Amino acid sequence: MRRRSSTRLRVAVLVARLLCAALFAFPLLFMFVSSLKADTDIFKDVGSVRAFLPVGDISLDNYAGVFDTVPAARFLLNSLGISLVTVALGILVNSMAAFALSRLSWRGSRLALSVVIATLVVPFETFALPLVWWVDKLPWLTMHGLRLTWSTGWLDTYRVQVLPFVANAFSIYLFYSYFQSIPRQLDEAARVDGAGWFRIYRTVVMPLSGPAIATVAILTFLPAWNSYLWPLMVVQTEELRPVMVGASYFFQLKVHWGEIMAYSTLITLPVLALFLAFQRAFVNSIASTGVKG
Amino acid sequence: MTARRHQHGQGRTGLLMVAPGGVLLVVFFFVPVALGFALSFTDARLISPKPLEFVGTDNFARLLDDPVFWTSLRNTLLFAAVIVPAQSGFALLLALLVNVKMRGTNLFRTLYFVPVVTSIVVVSILWRFMYQPDGLVNSMLHWATGNVVRIDWLNDTSTALPAIMFMSAWQAVGFHMVIWLAGLQTIPGELYEAAEIDGAGRWHMFRYITWPGLRNTRTFILVTITIAALSLFTQIHVMTGGGPLDATSTVVFQAVRVGYQQQQTAYASAISLVFFLLVLTVSLIQRWLTRERSA
Repeated sequence: MRRRSSTRLRVAVLVARLLCAALFAFPLLFMFVSSLKADTDIFKDVGSVRAFLPVGDISLDNYAGVFDTVPAARFLLNSLGISLVTVALGILVNSMAAFALSRLSWRGSRLALSVVIATLVVPFETFALPLVWWVDKLPWLTMHGLRLTWSTGWLDTYRVQVLPFVANAFSIYLFYSYFQSIPRQLDEAARVDGAGWFRIYRTVVMPLSGPAIATVAILTFLPAWNSYLWPLMVVQTEELRPVMVGASYFFQLKVHWGEIMAYSTLITLPVLALFLAFQRAFVNSIASTGVKG
Repeated sequence: MTARRHQHGQGRTGLLMVAPGGVLLVVFFFVPVALGFALSFTDARLISPKPLEFVGTDNFARLLDDPVFWTSLRNTLLFAAVIVPAQSGFALLLALLVNVKMRGTNLFRTLYFVPVVTSIVVVSILWRFMYQPDGLVNSMLHWATGNVVRIDWLNDTSTALPAIMFMSAWQAVGFHMVIWLAGLQTIPGELYEAAEIDGAGRWHMFRYITWPGLRNTRTFILVTITIAALSLFTQIHVMTGGGPLDATSTVVFQAVRVGYQQQQTAYASAISLVFFLLVLTVSLIQRWLTRERSA
């Protein structure tokens, strides 16, 4: 900000930065270190700096215990599948809608755009409970051999964990603003060459939209991986549960904190690894949520 | 000729491309929002073979007489009243700290952001552990003050909600730091250079350049933190289950308890409607604030 900062100020800033770093890093470090210790050692070490150091009887026993206590691999695979499918469908569905809003004029396109923008501020929690009632009444087509039959009720399925979160007003809005910044001369040139609208979407606009795709992917993946309230209410079958709901299993029996810390570390690592690999994209996507203000 | 044919197909292609998203938004957003209004005037239950009956404003009359609802509303508003200024102020401080050009800036920014990508469920579990009477928080306090501290943070009506406030701000503050930072970086550096030539001090620069330059960012941050604070649920569900003695029950928590655990969809819809009105009020205030300033 200011180039000629005095030495005193720089020292003060560094000290403040280190204090804040300790505040944010130490609890997470404590979580990881505790996941390697037996419960008795965790509570013995808690009064000293050893709480943050992997010293003493270090082992992966807690991690082995996690897989004995809960079907952790199943939970991880469920969350991975649900998140990836939601992200893939979300990119496809929302970018197509945004393309239609940005490039094509159709009846009601203006109105649709303002409706999308108006819905941005409505939090999921305002309609989550009526939604539970509603998905229980939705129909679904199932194949029995060659016969198609209708069934009712989406509770206890994978689809109920994916489909409600595919279409997203904010993703549409992000794609829309990005598409608006792509010069129209590009699609006009393609049209002169005889390309249809769908081909322009696929071969001209989407390949140029990498940053918007990354942003939508991140902003869809994080809440999908972290989802808790929704699967808590709509999924009762253990085999269909995602990781965050799986965490509650550890509090039903005797509380074994080392294992809980191991499970917490285990379900945090995939997201943390993604974040560290794509830091810039993560930070940019968060910053982009502020653009509409 | 070709161009005209494409022009002609626009309407159909447009509807075709918007259809998947449009249908999903209608089924999973507009219908449930409308249902929320409609069901709150009925006796709907989650799983019930009985047909719906219209009950007028019974659910709202019940709401007015429900002490747990009022406690939950009070807790929610209290949580928002503390968390909004505390978290946005702390986030601004962090943003200013990492906006100084110095070595290691990226490392610090990354560190401050890590709790944001950590799930709130994990963060709640971790802090539930640290808030144990023989846990890390008390032993840190012991180390800092020299006195043995044995506060049962989450089981004491006077400390449970403040403890949850602190860990919530800890988790989310990095998010708003990034947004403040994006705002800070839109302020042209020449303004500071000119002020420096005029001999302005740091406080004056902040007061007359930085603060006014962050006007839009400020409104956005206040609104997002307020709405997130009003939606408080996961921390409560994981850490206290609303207790002790409803001291940490919130509006959304109460809606879930009634609507999911007790299966009373209609009454939960009425509570959700109150929550919806709270959020609506906040965003209308935002509209009003931004409109007045741009005029």
